[in-house]
Amino acid sequence: MTEKTAPFPGRCAIVGIGQTPYTRGTDRTTLELHLEAALAALSDAGLSPDDVDAVMPNEMAGILAEDFIVNLGLRDLRFSSTIRTGGASFVSAIQSACLAVHCGLANHALLVAGRRGYSAQRVSKAVEDTIVPMPIMRTIEEFERPCGNTVAVQWFAQAARRHMHEFGTRSEHFGQIAVACRKHANLNPHALMHGKPMSLADHQASRMIADPLRLFDCSLETDGAAAIVVTSAERARDRAKRPVAILGIAEGHGDPPDSITQKRDMTEIEGLRRAAPHAFGMAGVSPGDLDRAQIYDGFTWITLASLEALGFCDRGEGGPFVEGGRIELGGALPVNTAGGLVSEAHVSGANHVLEAVRQLRREVEPARQVADCETVVVTSEGDFHEGAVMILGRA
Amino acid sequence: MTTPTRPRPKPTPLTEPFWRAAAEGRLVAQRCRGCNTLRHYPRPMCPECHDMRWDWSELSGRGEIHSYVVTHRAFHPFWADRIPYVVATIELEEGLRMVSEMPELTPDEVAIGLPVEVRFEPLDDGIALPVFRLSKSRRG
Ligand SMILES: [Zn+2]
Repeated sequence: MTEKTAPFPGRCAIVGIGQTPYTRGTDRTTLELHLEAALAALSDAGLSPDDVDAVMPNEMAGILAEDFIVNLGLRDLRFSSTIRTGGASFVSAIQSACLAVHCGLANHALLVAGRRGYSAQRVSKAVEDTIVPMPIMRTIEEFERPCGNTVAVQWFAQAARRHMHEFGTRSEHFGQIAVACRKHANLNPHALMHGKPMSLADHQASRMIADPLRLFDCSLETDGAAAIVVTSAERARDRAKRPVAILGIAEGHGDPPDSITQKRDMTEIEGLRRAAPHAFGMAGVSPGDLDRAQIYDGFTWITLASLEALGFCDRGEGGPFVEGGRIELGGALPVNTAGGLVSEAHVSGANHVLEAVRQLRREVEPARQVADCETVVVTSEGDFHEGAVMILGRA
Repeated sequence: MTTPTRPRPKPTPLTEPFWRAAAEGRLVAQRCRGCNTLRHYPRPMCPECHDMRWDWSELSGRGEIHSYVVTHRAFHPFWADRIPYVVATIELEEGLRMVSEMPELTPDEVAIGLPVEVRFEPLDDGIALPVFRLSKSRRG
């Protein structure tokens, strides 16, 4: 591939990836999971903790830069920040890491995410004392929580319901997304839902959680962590494995960002809609050029609305777009080829980045490998329609 | 074993007038003194003109259902024996939105566009929750 001419941050790359096993149940702490993933990513890059001079702790894990300093023995941490956009924070944090590396503030940035969504921060069990507090929730805790609007599946259900009302979107459309992700998970031995096939009928028969969202519209509650290492394109050439270039990256925010119910238009993920043109423009590509997409899928409706916000289809056309296997392997735009948050594991979106890197490195099982995969878009979505978009390519 | 209670709003100095009015049976929202724009949720600054002065303006309490969710699984102990229950986003006549549980609406009855009006449910010591129900005019 010819040298990309993109300005910042086309000059940055992902040079290492690592993860813990994704499980339902662990006797390790969230910090221990993060440290294990961090060491795996550094090893993959051929680096050691001594090389790390920037670290981006993930908001939803409740872990501090100081935790990495005292455990990894970091001697000269020069840059650290935590992005507070919930599920959108992992790709946003990559943007900040690129800035630090590009400006010469740091050489090697370590980013880690993941949580104990099964063993501790488990929403479905209403074990609230283990939930990491997020300041953005203050407003709805006062005005919506007393009304019974207490968890994410309920917030996104209202957006999905309004989308159905305005555009004729149906539960079966959400089901097409769930089925595609499950098919991919069944080709991924490391996915939690490997060996558990699901049909559209199974999806339609799954119990209602927060109508219109069913059990199989929801992301998994899992334990695990994943990590990446970001450095400059120049330094990336010296690394053990083929680097993956960050061709474009941008973040966008909600309107307003502190509740879905207050949005002028709750059917649109405006954070992604705002970020997408910047990320695509920086990379010099348009949605039609993309080989595959890794879409943050807290719920299947988010995938559908994200495809609209990124410009893969028009507003309101997400339902028909996902019909007919278009987003399955072998289709025009395979989405979430490792299974996604709904069928691989919920690692705060970091697993989406790992799958994109593996596809570009040709490291996945042959059945899952997208032929000639050159460019992948990865999204993060979090809180109330905050978003971040990244375009990765073979360096 | 104690009976689980509804999560209670924790008013701040900014929001306390909203809750005090609700306890008195009035639905209010901030109206900017600079440009007269209404706003909700409460904020210290008007995002339109950046004025930090406001009055509390009484609203009609009428609106319609903009969207809703029917929850079939209890995520909080208070609703454990209340599922399935309906929560709606109400678009008020004045253009603001508020969230309300809809205890008088069944999952089969609820629909986008239904006209609703406010009443108030006392919680405890001076806190009342605005709760919407179908408009009486509509119900005949
Ligand atoms: Zn104003």
